[in-house]
Amino acid sequence: MIINHPLLGPRDASEFIYLGDASLIDRPDWNSENAAQQFYEYLYLRDNPAGTIRELWFHEYGDRSWLVVTRNTLTHEIVNVELARDIDREEKHSR
Amino acid sequence: MKQKNRTSGGLIERNKPLVFHFNNLRYEGFLGDTVASALIANNQRLVARSFKYHRPRGIFSAGPEEPNALVQLRLGAHLEPNTRATVTELFDGLIAKSQNHLGSLEFDFLEINNLLSPLLSAGFYYKTFMWPKSFWEKIYEPIIRASAGLGCLSNEPDPDIYDKGFLHCDVLVIGGGPAGLAAALIAGRSGVRTILADEDFLIGGRLNAETFTINGMKGSDWAVQTAAELEHLPNVRLLTRTTVYGAFDHGVYGAVERCTDHLASSNGRPRQVLWRIYSKRTIVSTGATERPIAFSNNDRPGIMLAGSVRTYLNRWAVTPGKRVAIFTNNDDGWRTANDLRGKDINVIAVIDTRDKPPPFKYSDTKVFMGSHILDVIGHKGVTALKLPHGKSIEADCIAVAGGWNPNVHLTCHHRGRPTWCKDISAFIPGEELPTGMTVAGAANGTLALSAALKQGSDAGSTAARDTGHNVVAQEVLNAEDEPSEISPFWHVEENKKRAWIDMQNDVTVQDIEMAYMEGFRSVEHVKRYTTLSMATDQGKTANTVAVAVLAELTGKTIPQTGVTIYRPPYTPVSISALAGRQRGNQFRPTQLCPSHTWATEQNAVFVEAGLWKRAQFFPKKEENHWRQSVNREVLQTRKSVGVCDVTTLGKFDVQGTDALKFLNYIYANDLTTLAVGKVRYGLMLREDGLIMDDGTIARLAKNHYITTSTTANAAQVLRHMEFCHQCLWPNLNVHIISVTEQWGQFAISGPNSRHLLQKIVDREIDISNHSFPYMACSEITICNGIPARLFRISFSGELGYEIAIPARYGDALIRRLMSAGEEFDIVPYGTEALSIMRIEKGHPAGAELNGQTTARDLGMQRLVAKNKDFIGNILSKRPELNRKDGLALVGFIPIDRRDKLSAGAHFFSLNKDIITNNDEGWMTSVAISPNLGHSIGLGLIKRGNDRIGETVKAANLLQKQYVKVEIVTPYFIDPEGERLRA
Repeated sequence: MIINHPLLGPRDASEFIYLGDASLIDRPDWNSENAAQQFYEYLYLRDNPAGTIRELWFHEYGDRSWLVVTRNTLTHEIVNVELARDIDREEKHSR
Repeated sequence: MKQKNRTSGGLIERNKPLVFHFNNLRYEGFLGDTVASALIANNQRLVARSFKYHRPRGIFSAGPEEPNALVQLRLGAHLEPNTRATVTELFDGLIAKSQNHLGSLEFDFLEINNLLSPLLSAGFYYKTFMWPKSFWEKIYEPIIRASAGLGCLSNEPDPDIYDKGFLHCDVLVIGGGPAGLAAALIAGRSGVRTILADEDFLIGGRLNAETFTINGMKGSDWAVQTAAELEHLPNVRLLTRTTVYGAFDHGVYGAVERCTDHLASSNGRPRQVLWRIYSKRTIVSTGATERPIAFSNNDRPGIMLAGSVRTYLNRWAVTPGKRVAIFTNNDDGWRTANDLRGKDINVIAVIDTRDKPPPFKYSDTKVFMGSHILDVIGHKGVTALKLPHGKSIEADCIAVAGGWNPNVHLTCHHRGRPTWCKDISAFIPGEELPTGMTVAGAANGTLALSAALKQGSDAGSTAARDTGHNVVAQEVLNAEDEPSEISPFWHVEENKKRAWIDMQNDVTVQDIEMAYMEGFRSVEHVKRYTTLSMATDQGKTANTVAVAVLAELTGKTIPQTGVTIYRPPYTPVSISALAGRQRGNQFRPTQLCPSHTWATEQNAVFVEAGLWKRAQFFPKKEENHWRQSVNREVLQTRKSVGVCDVTTLGKFDVQGTDALKFLNYIYANDLTTLAVGKVRYGLMLREDGLIMDDGTIARLAKNHYITTSTTANAAQVLRHMEFCHQCLWPNLNVHIISVTEQWGQFAISGPNSRHLLQKIVDREIDISNHSFPYMACSEITICNGIPARLFRISFSGELGYEIAIPARYGDALIRRLMSAGEEFDIVPYGTEALSIMRIEKGHPAGAELNGQTTARDLGMQRLVAKNKDFIGNILSKRPELNRKDGLALVGFIPIDRRDKLSAGAHFFSLNKDIITNNDEGWMTSVAISPNLGHSIGLGLIKRGNDRIGETVKAANLLQKQYVKVEIVTPYFIDPEGERLRA
């Protein structure tokens, strides 16, 4: 399996550590009224799509970038790879 | 008689004779032989015993699909079981033995199983060994263990070296037969970075086994010429003896190259290399495998695939028989008759299941069209065969041609399903192929030579174009399109006796019928119930026949019945090859502390802590029990001063204008009050509110912090910190770097630690209690200008410091500390003493920070900030984590001080039974305190803080130990912390 690192080019999957769904980027506001419910959903509820999924991979044996990898769970095709820190934060908070 | 079955011609080197031994008998062969071809040359027909019934077996095929002829190779530690004689190259001095028999190969006592076959049919495990239950462990399992398996292991470590390597190419061509060679030729000539991998030691595939011509040249000569051209192209790499065993994601392929398997000794070279091949395009030209037709006793030695008979004749110049009968359902079987007759071998009969005029007319060979074989005479080898209407024909070899199955394995490794091709009555690659893969030649169902060459050339051209190359013109390759008309015929229905489908696992037509009768319908279920195709050959010759038989039974078509899923590896890969160099000490990297060399000189005993080797204790000559050494280390440290290498702690340098803000997010503590020059204990939670790790945070400058983690969690904590920064708070101006390996660190503990340090730090540095109090930190210099960082922190509970220096000074510093400490009788201490002292002090460590505990459980709720956002804040407030009767960390001492406590013991109230419902918690850490003179423990017990003084039972059910213990505070030593501040 190969992940096309936005800075370093194609790298073997063995250099990466997998975390999980990229929705972990969207950490809820601790001050919101129903923060407990939101954090519960944030931490425990996941979609399990047959198809496209966005997930977090860490380049542990590389440059320590956290990447958002868009992958098709049916074909294992990787359609997009972005640096997590480049993900638009406004988009993040609007969700 | 020597090599009585050797004929003329062949692709062997007759001027290089080789001697080998099979079952202690001496034989001769030639360079270029396999063990199988050399055994055939010497008329050794019986070579193996079958797995279950111990039936006599001979050589069945001429390739990797071999189900029968598995032998043990070599001796001693080099012994290798279950090697296929058909692909094992002969070398001088080779030693092979038959396997899976009790007694000799000729007289196998376990052949009694054959008479017991009604008891050993499909699913006999599930039927026979059901009851009584008590028989399972004592009687059934030992019997099954004793009779299971084929060959034997040496039970010694593998003495050979195995390597791993990585290869990159534009085009990977798998299989060096006609299609593969044609594809590689175009790609290679077009300048494409090409790898051609072939599992054989002689490139050419079927060209070496047949009498084809290409452009008027012998097929095998064309293969030699083409391989030579490819070898000279700088952009082409030819890998022979290399099996591509799996297709993985994104153009990654796994391959094993057997570098020295064909030699008597590896001579220090790697025996095999496990290649990971990265390709942009892949051409699968893996050819096809012939399948048999099932009939009564069709497993007898002398019965062989018809195409393999040709291979032995044409490539190795040996004939498996002197009176050969051919049983076929297609035109290809007749090629065997023609080739044998061409070498003056007596073809006694051709039996063709097709009711049509024979494609060839022979004067001296009987031809039976629309007929079949009823039974076979001969026990350890065929002597005759029976035809319908009472006819009987004497023969010593039956060549069976049931049609060719394309080798679709690699095309299905991404769960693609093969599709049924009526024209050749076989499965061909389906439409869903792994990305970048094309299939050419027989692997694609294109069985005729001329068409296969064209398809190979086309695939090569396309791949070259797809990878951005100007494609050279295709050379015209003239060859015949041999006839291959087939009329499906799977098994002789008038079977009076068992007819074999899977020879290696002894699965017969009758077993499939029984599975069907017992209600099994799905091909996957039938496979598992009968063990069909579950042997080392994975049913390469068996699968399609089995599917056809099942289809007949269920009334479905073959495509409706389908095939089982193909998974890597294509052929067996040795565990040694997969392990490569990662064996013994090279299994994973070893990290050594800066004081390692010095500690070795002190005869330290080391313990593994993750990748690190840490000194566990430092035994003196007169000490003969580890506890003596450890007690001395503890007592001397508490009395005067001790030093311990704590480099293994995770150390992180955190800098930036937002460093404080960042740390405040990832630690539960409020850090806003942490002044420059101060250290604070830090508690890190997971988002679910449980403790992730603990450590210290030292503020060296306004925007410069050093944080630490536990040794075990160092990698995980860095990952988490980077996650928090990059994914959650990317706008913070902060940089994190691990400096664990860059800084050596020593803990200096005990009442004399300041006196010792004063001799090390440079003169102008003031480390008096007033200027450098408890929890102070500073960047200083020691030993005349060497940069260091000093932290006044203590894990032992004594007056203590940790001093960090660039790792390269670590060895010098420990030696300097030891000589400077002589006047204080300084003692080095290891992880055991470290652990005892932290238990005496009530500090939590790994057993308490086990991923199940909260700050509240460990009595640290006061540290958790109330009014800030931090990881774990919200969910740590969950009611279940804040139950009134929740666990609390407290200390335990045995009522009878002579009792020994054990970690893992569970707590029960005195008046309660020891059952799960009454469980109140467990002992996390224990030590025998040299200061108190008895066993002490830390543990988690419900409402622990309210129960100080209560007596409970600590039950260790595994060791049947029950100890009455008193609940005490966890601070066994200096509960007020006066020593720390001294």
